[in-house]
Amino acid sequence: MPGTKEIRSKIASVKSTQKITKAMEMVAASKMRRAQERMRMARPFAAASRRVITHLNQANPDYRHPFMVERPAKAIGAIVVSTDRGLCGALNANTFKTTLQLARQSQRAGASVSLCVLGNKGLGFFRRLDYPILASTTGLGDRPHVADLIGAVKVMLDAYRDGRLDRLVLVHAQFVNTMTQRPRTLQLLPIEANPEVEAGLPEHWDYIYEPSAAEILDALLIRYLESQVYQGMVENVACEMAARMVAMKAASDNAGELITELQLVYNKARQAAITKELAEIVGGAAAV
Amino acid sequence: MDIQLDIVSAEGEIFSGRARLVILPGSEGELGITPRHAPLLTLIKPGEVRVQTPDGEEQSFYVGGGALEVQPNRITVLADTAARAHDLDEAAALAAQQRAQEALSGHLDKISYAEAQAELARAVAQIKLIQKLRKIKG
Repeated sequence: MPGTKEIRSKIASVKSTQKITKAMEMVAASKMRRAQERMRMARPFAAASRRVITHLNQANPDYRHPFMVERPAKAIGAIVVSTDRGLCGALNANTFKTTLQLARQSQRAGASVSLCVLGNKGLGFFRRLDYPILASTTGLGDRPHVADLIGAVKVMLDAYRDGRLDRLVLVHAQFVNTMTQRPRTLQLLPIEANPEVEAGLPEHWDYIYEPSAAEILDALLIRYLESQVYQGMVENVACEMAARMVAMKAASDNAGELITELQLVYNKARQAAITKELAEIVGGAAAV
Repeated sequence: MDIQLDIVSAEGEIFSGRARLVILPGSEGELGITPRHAPLLTLIKPGEVRVQTPDGEEQSFYVGGGALEVQPNRITVLADTAARAHDLDEAAALAAQQRAQEALSGHLDKISYAEAQAELARAVAQIKLIQKLRKIKG
């Protein structure tokens, strides 16, 4: 029978752990809501830039931006979004698994694979493997900004422009609901020209361009792609918080169970000690 | 006479509503757009966007550059959240490449270990503070 004192200190330590996990759970819950809000805020930009790009395409059918030209996929680039911190369940592991599957598939098809890794956990994982990492950004925090992504995305876009990559995909966790996050692979480049025609507008009209259509399209496409990566990043933060919330809830529950069990053992030990003492007193009295 | 105006950035909507006049810094010069302007697509420089709403009020926003689209029935400003320039983008790209190389050459462990330690120290300090506050309150 372990001493009551040891059990008591064990209970105290589990209780303080439970306090921390509970606090982390609540912090994650509130951060998740804010991340979801940012996810929603990012949508109008993507929709608006997509609309302008579609329009430009329809108005200039003879001009094809390099980002829109389909090439045989001999070199594939993947932008992998991961979290900076752990304690968020299998979120990162799932994203990495999907990335590796994609990489192996591409290699079987005879294509090379290179990566751009966002987030600490991804960098820690992929640096041990032998895929070339072209660029990386870490420490983006819970509120990523587009400005932090520009560099890493530019490296990949430049590689595509120079013909070192023939396809660019984005791998990140998709927020289905609080309990479910799924890895998603999204093709960034080449951009499929959207064939749908906007209703309610005359078919043959064009903008006045200042300076030129090509230049504007280039600037727009880069911003559009950055906003896609940003959206993936923000969604990943929402997933991270949801996963952490669930993981911390499980941890708090487990700690609660452990405390109940320990309490039981403690009570038994205490009772045994009292009984023993009583028996000793009675025995002593009888001896006298 | 007014027209629908949307100013959006990748991180959120900045303005959405009706406008009588919009003045913005175009890449080729200052632009003033009124309703029924010809369809126009242009880039804008970092600067101030001034909006005159139908009730005569004037609002102004700072944008870090971006693109302007004018359609018969709406104006859209796709605003940048960060100042953009060729050199700046290039520098950011170089930094991203460098980080990847550093990580591959093995500096990551030390950095992340130190970071983790610092973070742990901060968390412990926070918990201590909270406990102190609780004692005072209780």
